[in-house]
Amino acid sequence: MTTLNALVAVCLSYVFFLFVVAFVAERRAAAGRIRWLRSPIVYTLSLSIYCTAWTFYGAVGSAVRNGLEYVAIYVGPSLVMLGWFWVVRKLVRIGRSQRVTSIADLVSARYGKSNTLAVFVTILAVAGVTPYIALQLQSVTLSFEVFGADLAGGRFDRPHTATALWVAVGLALFTVIFGTRNLDANERHHGVVMAIAVEAVVKLVALLSVGVFVVWGLSGGVTETLARIDASELGTWNVAGGRWAGITFLSAAAFLCLPRIFQVLVVEAADESHLRTASWAFPAYLMLMSLFVVPIAVVGLDLLPAGSNPDLFVLTVPLSQGQEGLAVLSFLGGFSSATSMVIVAAIALSTMVSNHIVMPIWLRLTGGGASVSGDVRHIVLTARRLSIAGVVMLGYLYYAFSGGGAALATIGLVAFAGMAQVLPAMLGGIFWRGATRTGALAGLSVGFALWLYTLFLPSLGPGVLPVAMLDEGPLGLAFLRPQALFGIDGLDPLLHAIFWSMSLNAGAFFVGSVLSFPTPLERLQGAQFVNVFQHSPGPRSWAGRVAQTEDLMVMAQRILGATEAMALFRREARAQGARGDLPEPTPQFLERLERELAGSVGAATAHAMIGQIVGGMSVSVEDLMAVADESAQLMEYSARLEAQSTELSRTARQLRDANLKLTRLSVQKDAFLSQISHELRTPMTSIRAFSEILRDSGRLDAGERMRFASIIHDEAVRLTRLLDDLLDLSVLENGKVSLDIRAARLSEVIDRAVAAADAGAEDGALTIRRDRSDEDVTIVTDLDRLAQVFINLVSNARKYCEASAPALTIRVLTESDRVLVDFIDNGEGIGPEARDTIFEKFSRVAEQKAGGAGLGLAICRQIMARLGGDISYLPGQGGAAFRVEIAEASAMAAQ
Amino acid sequence: MTEGRPPLVFLERRSYRQRRVRDAARLLPVLGLFAWGVPLLWPRGEAAPGTASALVYVFAVWLGLVVAGALLSFLLSRGDVDDAREGGGDAP
Repeated sequence: MTTLNALVAVCLSYVFFLFVVAFVAERRAAAGRIRWLRSPIVYTLSLSIYCTAWTFYGAVGSAVRNGLEYVAIYVGPSLVMLGWFWVVRKLVRIGRSQRVTSIADLVSARYGKSNTLAVFVTILAVAGVTPYIALQLQSVTLSFEVFGADLAGGRFDRPHTATALWVAVGLALFTVIFGTRNLDANERHHGVVMAIAVEAVVKLVALLSVGVFVVWGLSGGVTETLARIDASELGTWNVAGGRWAGITFLSAAAFLCLPRIFQVLVVEAADESHLRTASWAFPAYLMLMSLFVVPIAVVGLDLLPAGSNPDLFVLTVPLSQGQEGLAVLSFLGGFSSATSMVIVAAIALSTMVSNHIVMPIWLRLTGGGASVSGDVRHIVLTARRLSIAGVVMLGYLYYAFSGGGAALATIGLVAFAGMAQVLPAMLGGIFWRGATRTGALAGLSVGFALWLYTLFLPSLGPGVLPVAMLDEGPLGLAFLRPQALFGIDGLDPLLHAIFWSMSLNAGAFFVGSVLSFPTPLERLQGAQFVNVFQHSPGPRSWAGRVAQTEDLMVMAQRILGATEAMALFRREARAQGARGDLPEPTPQFLERLERELAGSVGAATAHAMIGQIVGGMSVSVEDLMAVADESAQLMEYSARLEAQSTELSRTARQLRDANLKLTRLSVQKDAFLSQISHELRTPMTSIRAFSEILRDSGRLDAGERMRFASIIHDEAVRLTRLLDDLLDLSVLENGKVSLDIRAARLSEVIDRAVAAADAGAEDGALTIRRDRSDEDVTIVTDLDRLAQVFINLVSNARKYCEASAPALTIRVLTESDRVLVDFIDNGEGIGPEARDTIFEKFSRVAEQKAGGAGLGLAICRQIMARLGGDISYLPGQGGAAFRVEIAEASAMAAQ
Repeated sequence: MTEGRPPLVFLERRSYRQRRVRDAARLLPVLGLFAWGVPLLWPRGEAAPGTASALVYVFAVWLGLVVAGALLSFLLSRGDVDDAREGGGDAP
């Protein structure tokens, strides 16, 4: 005999079994062996959380009360899944490409990441789901009581809230343990999904077993059962057309909008191709779940005493026949339905609550200063755990305070109608680019308000809304009666509420969208959602983990450089204890890689790149904006670098030039020194030679002695002159010369120079032609130095002019700003090849008459430079011609 | 595949067939809606059909839709072989 204690033991061992299943699944997922966990069968089975305890037990009750109406609740989702090519496929694709974590996240992401909308949907979900959780707790408690009552031989008047509390605590614990193990970027929970799949099998097997027992064990076959149905009080089709259509629509809408369904259908979807299997397998599952409902109802009505609760026929029929084992199995089926629903609903709701309500508030309170990622992860996990506990406890409190009973029984469809209010905003968002945030907010508010007013509050019983208000409307305004809006009376309350809330919701959504203007982010997101099939990559299965790591490697090499990337990967592989050079792409490794890459390309870019490879998801608009920001910064930085490098190369060029000049100068200096030594050496050699002759040979006659002595004297004079010239040049070059500026007539200076040049000459053969009227110019300059230049030029002409009758023309030209003095002889002139060098030191045009050291013209140029004038060779004058230019200031000042 | 026909035409035929299968997949829920909408036309009260026959009708429609869905799903999965070159679809 089954005792209550044994039942508790069965329950506990079943829960323990679920723990083991979830744990093993998590372990396998962590080890990367997820092929089986991600099979389409598991996906299909996980969708079965649509069938809660309310449908497991309540379908039979519904069949007793309303005939085949219960089928409509399964028909809606079947149609949605059979029509997966229309909506579900798009939802799953969007969910993956946008990394959607919940239905609130989807709506908010579509309308420009509006957190207001997310909060709105979250509140709607909490309001709709909490009573539903209460309903699950009630059904588990009731089924416990049935066993207890059966064994005690009596009936419980009221369900014990203690049972519900224990169930709630246990469920919260399970959900916290397996629902928040990690913060997967994709929000996938392998353990939970696996446990749900197992529970789906348990509840199907349980219901089918009872059905088979009823049809073949109690009724004697299919034909007999059908006859029995027709003979029963459910014998004729009595479903109102409105209810049939309305509930079909409602269940279809709810299937798309309920947070828990969205969780398994979209968020946990591992592969788009699984939808293909689920599209027919899930309707098949629903068909099997509803197949034996009517037979059980009919047999239950036959066998059990009048007044028995038809909601519990699934349990009480086997019990009444002494089928303890079957009853326990059936109990486990109901228990599975309830627990799986609560677990997934709690996960889905807690994700929404923590992401859209707790975290924004927390970040605002802390000033958004949580820059360390690990820090935030911890907070998110804590928030999520607390949210799970909060949601389950809220359900328990609702159950405890509503006291169970009939008020709860109708809450299933009420919750459906509440969540269905999200449908216009959701479908409009994925199919219509013109949908805006304002429209979505308007639609949701109108729908939510109408749902509260016409359905939710009246459903809570007379205690909440005063009876007078239900009957006569608020403040006596009859056309605002909650269950007969605008004077349309006599409708079924549910249909009435669906009709008004959905139509006005959709209307407000449309009008609001048409009249408002979306933000840029909203428009971009809209385009991404509506045209998701053009924007996102095709369905791709996870192509093995090593292949991914290789992709990462290729990318990392491009960014970090080959050696560095190799070293990083090898280090990671070693740290993971893996053989070879490729590490597993664990979250830790990906995080580290992202940080490394972020150092090179910026955080947002790194995140987007890794996301692209690992998740196969497309990049969101916000990512793109962040990337654009970063690249703008990088470009600015590189522009600055470029400017700096231009400046550097300019400086380098200048340095190179300076170096060249220095090298040239050094070469010149060397040449100068060797020239000097040569120049000094020549006279010294002859002085030494002749002085030795004078000393050593005593028999020299007076004439010879005289000649030798005069050679020695000449050479000494030449040396002295050379040294004088060098000294002069050095003084001039160093700029240490002090000028003795005086005013004088140019003719006087030329007179002095010609006289001085003549004085040193052996012959007076040189004819000098002058035009004294031109020379009547006053100049202000260092007269001695200028005279030195003139002397040099005149004596050069005397020395080097080859003409038979050498003549020198001195021509003076007075211009407005300067005085030009030309010295032109009638010799051969200087060849073009020598003209460049005649002003250099030690340059001589002709070697034969080496009278000087070759410093004369160099000194002249230095002097003229000091005086602010110039001296240059004047070609094309029929002989050697030099032009001395006396600067303007000197000439003008004398006028 | 017919002998001597260029492969290009074969591929085109195949992708054409694929698109028609997708059309069929899109049409299936509409068909289901129609079939399950038939009970709206049934009379109520005295002339109402029996629950047993209603039950048989509803579940027959269900079974038919599931079978059709499974068939279409199979045909669609064969088409994914072609998609494989784009991004590595699941092998059927």
